[in-house]
Formats: sequence, C-alpha cells, structure tokens
Amino acid sequence: MPADLAKAPAGVPDAASTPVPAELRSEIEAHMANYPDRRSAALPALAAAQRVHGWCSPQALEQVAAVMAVTPAYLESVASFYDMLETSPVPAHSVYVCTNISCSLCGADEIYAQLAAEAAQRGEGQINVRSFECLGACDIAPMASVDGVYVGPLSGADVPRLIDDILAGSPVLPDRQLARMLVADPHANGRQFPEHPTEGAGGGLGANPGIDPARAGMGPSITGDRPGPTAPLEDI
Amino acid sequence: MAASAPPILLFSDIDEPGLATLEVYERRGGYESLRRALAMSPEEVLAQLEASGIRGRGGAGFAMGKKISFLPKGGMDKYLVCNADESEPGTFKDRELMQKSPHMLIEGIIIAAYAAGASRSFIYIRGEYALQADVLDAALHEARAAGYIGEGILGSSHTLSLVVHRGAGAYICGEETGLLDSLEGKRGNPRLKPPFPANQGLYKGPTLINNVETLSTVPAIIRMGGEEYAKLGVETSTGTKLVSVSGHVQRPGNYEIELGIPSREIIYGLAGGPPEGRSVKCWFPGGSSSPVLKAEDLDVPYDFNSLAKAGTMLGSGAIIVVDDSTPILDVAMKVAKFYRHESCGKCTPCREGTNWTVKMLERIDSGEATPMDIEIMASVQEHITGNCLCVLGDAMAMPIGSMIAKFRDEFEQHIEAARMRSGLGDEAGSDLALAAQGAMLADGQTELGLKGEDDEAPGAHEGAPGTHRGGSS
Repeated sequence: MPADLAKAPAGVPDAASTPVPAELRSEIEAHMANYPDRRSAALPALAAAQRVHGWCSPQALEQVAAVMAVTPAYLESVASFYDMLETSPVPAHSVYVCTNISCSLCGADEIYAQLAAEAAQRGEGQINVRSFECLGACDIAPMASVDGVYVGPLSGADVPRLIDDILAGSPVLPDRQLARMLVADPHANGRQFPEHPTEGAGGGLGANPGIDPARAGMGPSITGDRPGPTAPLEDI
Repeated sequence: MAASAPPILLFSDIDEPGLATLEVYERRGGYESLRRALAMSPEEVLAQLEASGIRGRGGAGFAMGKKISFLPKGGMDKYLVCNADESEPGTFKDRELMQKSPHMLIEGIIIAAYAAGASRSFIYIRGEYALQADVLDAALHEARAAGYIGEGILGSSHTLSLVVHRGAGAYICGEETGLLDSLEGKRGNPRLKPPFPANQGLYKGPTLINNVETLSTVPAIIRMGGEEYAKLGVETSTGTKLVSVSGHVQRPGNYEIELGIPSREIIYGLAGGPPEGRSVKCWFPGGSSSPVLKAEDLDVPYDFNSLAKAGTMLGSGAIIVVDDSTPILDVAMKVAKFYRHESCGKCTPCREGTNWTVKMLERIDSGEATPMDIEIMASVQEHITGNCLCVLGDAMAMPIGSMIAKFRDEFEQHIEAARMRSGLGDEAGSDLALAAQGAMLADGQTELGLKGEDDEAPGAHEGAPGTHRGGSS
C-alpha cells in the first residue's frame, strides 16, 4: 500500500509556524504549480533548498516539508537516493570528476587523484572533489563538472589552473568549456561557422535570451530568475 | 548508402549561431512541420510516424509508431514524457542536440503529443545537464510566447503544457519506470511491468515515453513524409542515427550516420580509430551495457538487427573503443563498479550480483582468485539476467558475460600473474583453492555465494593473507 504522505500526525511541519525564506517558498510553490501532483516538485524543491542551505540539512528538509505539506522523512528518503542531493554538509564548490569507462580510458583516474590532492592542499576547505558517474561528455574525456560547468579534455597541467579559477571566482578553464565546442561530425555543418554561437559570451549562452551564464547546475549560483516560470495547464 | 554524401537530418548546420533561438530556428523552416501536422488528423500523423519505421533511439529500439498506438483512446489525461536522462555511459548525443537545437526537440514533442492525444508533457533531463536544461527552459519560454505551447495551438484543438524537469543524479532514472517514479517525486525505483507505461504510467495515466533523439527526428519525418524517411537506412533500421564515439579514438564525438553502414566506417572513418600504433581490442557498440565485440567484428553493419545478430545491441548508439593497451580486467572492473553503485537495491540478483562481481574481480586483481572464479563469475551473470524488475542488472551481466566469454584467456593469465605477484602461485596452494571452490560450487553457488559458510571457503587456500570475500564486510 502506498503510504499516505500527507496524513497527520505524521510530522508534517506546521506551515504557519515554520519560517521559510520568502524566495525559497515562492520558488517551491512555483514548482508545485507545474504538476498535477505537488509531490512531483520534490526534486526541484530539494535542489532549491540545497542552494539556499548548502545541503539538504534537517532545517532545509523541514522548510521544504512545510511548503509542500509532506513529512521531512519522505523528503529525506528522496534526497538520500540522488547523488546530487547532499545529505551531509559539503564545501561550497563541487568538482565532479567523471571516472566512468570512457573518461577512465583517457586517464581520468589520474586526473581525479591529482584534483583531490590539489584541492586538499590548497582548497581552503571550499572545494568538494568527488568521482562521479558518466556525466555524458565522453567527447571531452577526461572531464569534470565544476559547479555545473563542463570542462575537458583535462591534462595534468590543467589541474592547478582549475583550482586557481575556482578560488579566484573566475570562469573555470574558459578554453576547455564544453559550451564552446563544435560538433565533431565533419558532415554536419554545411556552412562554415568559425565562431561558435557561444563564443565570447563569457562561456555562457550569448545567443539565448533569458539565460544568465553564471547559472550552473545545482550549484550555488542559480537564483530564482527562471526565464518564464513554466505554468500549469490551467494558467496558460 | 554512399559514403560520400551522408544524409544529415538532425545535425544539419547544428553549429549555426543562434540556432537555439526561435528566430533562427524559424528562419530555417522550424515549426513548419508542426503546422503541417496540425493540418492533419492525429491518426494521419501517427500513420506517418508508423510509415517512417523509426525505432526508439534511447536503447530498446522499439518502434515509435507502435508505441503510440498502444495508448488507449479516449478522453482521459494522457502524458508524454521525453527521456532526457542520458546516463548510459558513453552516450552524449542528446546533450548536443538539446544544447544546440532545443526547438527541434520541442517541436517534435508537440507533434508526437498531438499524435498520442497527450495534453501534458515533460522533459526529464538529468540534473548534471544544467546548461542544456537552461537552454531548454529559454527555448520553451519562447515557444510558449509564440503560441506553440498552450491551449489551442496555432488555432487547432491541440492543447499541450510542457515542463522541463531536472533530475538529481541517478542512472536508474533513465529506465522508464524509474524515471516515472522520480518524476512523481519519489526515489527512482523501477516498477513492475505490466502494467506498461502506455496503459498506466505517470500519475497512473497512459504515458508515451520517448528519447530526445527520437522526438527530435519527428519534425524531419513530417517534413519528408514517413515513406521517404523509411528509404534511409536499411529495412529494419530506417533513418539516420546519432552515434557517440568515445574511448580510444582520435576524434571522439557525435556523428550522424545512416543506419546500416559498416561499423568500421564509424570507428575508423569518422572517429579516426585508436591512436597511432595501437589497435582495437574490443568495443561496446551501444553503451557500456552492451556486450562487447572484437576487432574481427568491425565490419558488422551498424544497425539494430545486424548488431543483435552479432550477439550485442545498438542500444543508445554509444560506441566505446578500447585499444590493446588496456587490460580487459580494468574494463570489467569499471563497468561492474558503476552498476554496483547505481543498483537501486530493490531486486536481490542485481543488488547482490553487482556487488559480488566487483568482489570477484578484485580477487582476481589481488591474486586471490583461481580459474574457478571465472566460472562462478560467469554463473552470477547468468543468474542476474532476466531475474529483476528492470534491466540494470542485465546491463552489467551482458557486458561482463561477454568479456568473460571473449577474453577468458586473458582473465586466466591475469589470475595466474596476480597469484605469482602475491606469492600464491605455487601449485599446492592452487590445488587447495580449487578444491575449496569446487566444494562451494557444489554447495550453493546459485545463491551467489551469499551463505555465510561459503564466505570462508575460498579464503581457505594456503598462504592466503585472509579472505576478502566476506559478504558481511
């Protein structure tokens, strides 16, 4: 039998007495409005809370639970399933190093070891380096996702630069960012496009309206500035 | 199938500046297929998709038109879910499509939803694809403002909402029922089938689930006409296919090929083959869950049926090339460890089988294994296959099983070399270990060695520094 996740007294926090940052509340509510069943908003809501709190802390879970009217235990069961939701405190910056088959064939394990050592040495406790499942960028193997920005192919010489860029708060390895790469297929582009559409746009998406190039993944940089919140059918 | 001028449908001028914007996409004829489709009845659109013969590009290769026709008729809420989880190792084609041509996918979704009678749609995109999700959100915003998404699209009766839903890092959410649970806000555990999603999917409603590439091809099919599209490729594998080539090749990347060309043309002709002086040792034709092929199989035509006949599968179209510089044990270990990590734990054969396969591979590497372990490992793979709710376990069992079958000599050599290294290579020790394992095989190997008493047996051989086999560790 499916559990009744809204059933009192299952510990659904009191919405009126649980303080939730206004921005977080409205973001979660916007997500809930996207779906016929509000529980579908669990992942985006937890991601939003993680951006505010740094991880899915008990406080973060309680706030999401209060807005969604579900139990914190339910949210914890969800959070613990997914690799990108952190169930313990983590440093502010995340470096996911793909160590799956293709990257590993191209030397990813060495790059991961170097990055982990370098971050431990000079990361000031700010950088969380972890090996990750295939990130879907085997064409730039070995690669990493730095606060959501894909960079590669990485050599040993890129490792200190990558750490430098994170610590300096500057774009990470601009010359290695996936966003700027042309397709490999020689038959794809019938015309010459010497400049990639994203070239020169700060590593972001110059040609696309409504996107802040600084926004990246579930890292700390996403704010509530979605380009037109997706509306429920009834509101279209 | 001339090698000189391959047909390009999806990647045509894919790097054109601004293609991700509505303005450039429309200037190139974007959303014309939608207009054409809406002028037809949903049944006529479905007939075009069926005539095209297009098979799903996500992995299973099921005919798209047939999948749509499985949805019940009637006025209930129906859903379309685009699977943009793309987590099969080696696969990165959907990433490039979504990032560079998001409107093509959105147009395909609107048309497919029209054919299926779906009024709500979702793109479930893996959380790691942050850039691509942002691009899609921006494109969706434009499409909605232009009236392509919403109520009464372009004056027709077709109404559709579309939401970009970000995942949070879990391979299993690429499995369609795991994806549905995840989209409903739960842990991404696969469901028992039947009921199939076409009958009871998202929110228990009829649901059509298709891969990004499949849906992105729909505008081209409507533009060309299904029959014309079906002339591309070969009889049972029509059309073009995006292939992601990675690993030991000189030009890794995405290529659009006509289905049925020799695999060699992709691996060597397009991707440049392994680096100078090295040769192909084995290759995964369809992601890391496909059984490996060897160099002698390079002339197998790259299409669904030819690869199936060769004992493997086209899968997601991800070719991973391994050259002769890499021990097969390393490849097996990477694959097994990945699936162990990603097993959701719901089904015992998968949860335990992936775990024990890794442990046995580690025993081989540390010199604690004997040739008998190869048999046990092969048997574990057989007992996983077909015995779980979803195919994640099979996804490890198939490639590992194929590596054992095709590289048994190398596994045996590795065992012997590692035993020598660790001082276990003397014959007496070897015999003792064989005897111990023979007893275990007789005792209960079909239970994947889970019995506590079996745990001790393999460690009993002389000189062993201690068993590393303990299931309780």
